[in-house]
Amino acid sequence: MPDNSGHETTGTAPGTTGTAPGTAPGGVGTASPDEVPVFELGDVSVSYNGNPALAGVTMDIGAKEITAFIGPSGCGKSTLLRSLNRMNDLIPGARVRGELLYKGTDLYGASVDAVQVRKRIGMVFQKPNPFPKSIYDNVAFGPRTVGMKGSMDEIVEKALRGAALWEEVSDRLRESAYSLSGGQQQRLCIARAIAVEPDVILMDEPCSALDPISTVRVEDLMAELKNHYSIVIVTHNMHQAARVADRTAFFSVQVDDTGRRIGQLIEADETGTIFTKPTDKRTEDYISGRVG
Amino acid sequence: MAHSSMAASTAGASPRRPLAGAGTSRWGEKVIKTFLALCAAFSILVTTGIVISLVVPTVNFFGQIPLVEFLTGTTWAPAFANPSFGVLPIVVGTLIVVVTALAVAIPVGLASAIYLSEYASSRVRKVVKPALEVLEGIPTVAIGLFAFFFMRPLAERYLPFLPWDTPFSIGIAGVAVGLLIVPLVASVSEDAMRSVPAGLREGAYALGASKMRVSMRVIFPAAISGIIAAVVLGTSRAIGETMVVLIAAGAGNPNLTFNWFGSAQTMTAYIGGTATGDISQGTVVYDTIFAVGALLFTMTLTMNIIATRLVRRFREVYE
Ligand SMILES: Nc1ncnc2c1ncn2[C@@H]1O[C@H](COP(=O)(O)OP(=O)(O)OP(=O)(O)O)[C@@H](O)[C@H]1O
Ligand SMILES: [Mg+2]
Repeated sequence: MPDNSGHETTGTAPGTTGTAPGTAPGGVGTASPDEVPVFELGDVSVSYNGNPALAGVTMDIGAKEITAFIGPSGCGKSTLLRSLNRMNDLIPGARVRGELLYKGTDLYGASVDAVQVRKRIGMVFQKPNPFPKSIYDNVAFGPRTVGMKGSMDEIVEKALRGAALWEEVSDRLRESAYSLSGGQQQRLCIARAIAVEPDVILMDEPCSALDPISTVRVEDLMAELKNHYSIVIVTHNMHQAARVADRTAFFSVQVDDTGRRIGQLIEADETGTIFTKPTDKRTEDYISGRVG
Repeated sequence: MAHSSMAASTAGASPRRPLAGAGTSRWGEKVIKTFLALCAAFSILVTTGIVISLVVPTVNFFGQIPLVEFLTGTTWAPAFANPSFGVLPIVVGTLIVVVTALAVAIPVGLASAIYLSEYASSRVRKVVKPALEVLEGIPTVAIGLFAFFFMRPLAERYLPFLPWDTPFSIGIAGVAVGLLIVPLVASVSEDAMRSVPAGLREGAYALGASKMRVSMRVIFPAAISGIIAAVVLGTSRAIGETMVVLIAAGAGNPNLTFNWFGSAQTMTAYIGGTATGDISQGTVVYDTIFAVGALLFTMTLTMNIIATRLVRRFREVYE
């Protein structure tokens, strides 16, 4: 197994505990004071085959709200997102360092099983990737995997309703998932992700392959879902971030003296603040379209 | 039409290269195209030639021996003083070899494919995959000798209570043929599994599926058409395999037998063993070879057609 061997978790440097709001540069506290953050990141760095892709990310991600990751291409948004549910384990040569707490537990701790992590932290990908199976079997795959109790029909219906897809597919559950349109497929993937009733749903540009109407539907869906789930979404669409996200984190690429391009968290705050009065010049430039 | 309008629209931009070229490259392309077409025609011609060369003696044969007697008779003794042309004994011999070979090659081949495609690190794969491909090309004579001089005695040593009454065993020959086709089955189905889009794999892992579950429930079904193709290729190879059975399965007795441990003849072994220099054209025995060859051809063809249907039926289409 090429997996777990590549990872190492170093302790947090003294004085930079990710939990303390505002102590680290770019660090940000939780949104709602009554909710504990679902993720606490302390000086997180990710490298591929020894080349750092992202470095020094310290931030909290709040529970039951939507956090958006924005920033130019290649700044490590997907990389960071994928380290939140240990999908990076699947990439040989990927290595995550720093402190990554999920509800207080070290995600990369020695006793933590990546498979168990992914049962709680689901993911929706940029390109809809339904399995080449029936609509029903797509949704039932996760519940069967985790061995959920209860009637599978009800679980499937609940998930499809949750993803606002039930009305469209209730009479064709046995048809192939590929008979659906792209937007429907993406909602099917969301249904598949929520069928296991995870805590967190990570979405990597979930609307980038969709038309405007499907996009709106997925966005409405996210607004609905955040009552039950914590959501992290990567998006290139500034308007989308502004519309759906409670908090927004802006990442950028920093070129170091050896010419390496390393992603970095510039700032993270309430979405309104990021879009109206960002602290950092780079955020402002990016948001106003003056990207360098 | 399209030509002239294109020429007109680009004329202003670059007057240097006229679109209606000198024609030399066009000419060269024609030569290449003709050459390629000839090559394609050649392979079709060869196939047709094979079929025709099979047909004439086969028709001859059935002019003398009724088809029903050939297909249902249970004694195969074409060269005996009192000849008998019931093909079933050698058909059963072939079937024993094929079933045994598949019983070895499918589990071992698919398990290796799953290991290589889903479990092995790229470093392991880089060594094992080419090794498999080299094994595919191992001379079958070597495997035949291995079966006869090594596997069969070893089997008797460790399982002495089984009825090994001759030095030959059709079953052991089948196992050897199985080993022979493992690399083929493994390598073709590994290709099929590897070509399943990474997105499906990730989607399954993201739902908390274990490696085993991803392999068995997502990758395997998505690759099923390639896997069936691998098994079909392996089966064709097992049906057609001659050398191993010629060496390790023995001449066989003329009567129908299902004895896995004893000697028996297959269709290919009969052909291979009979088609020697001292057989004269125009005799029944000569025609027999072709009749058996035609039957072999029909069986393989039927199997390929069924397999194609199967593939279409079970295919999980992914985009
Ligand atoms: N599997 C990988 N192997 C090696 N390098 C990778 C891999 N995935 C990403 N990288 C590198 O890590 C850096 C960050 O990539 P990442 O995909 O996280 O960017 P991103 O912010 O999601 O970009 P985009 O907006 O284009 O999706 C890039 O320089 C990229 O080349
Ligand atoms: Mg990305």
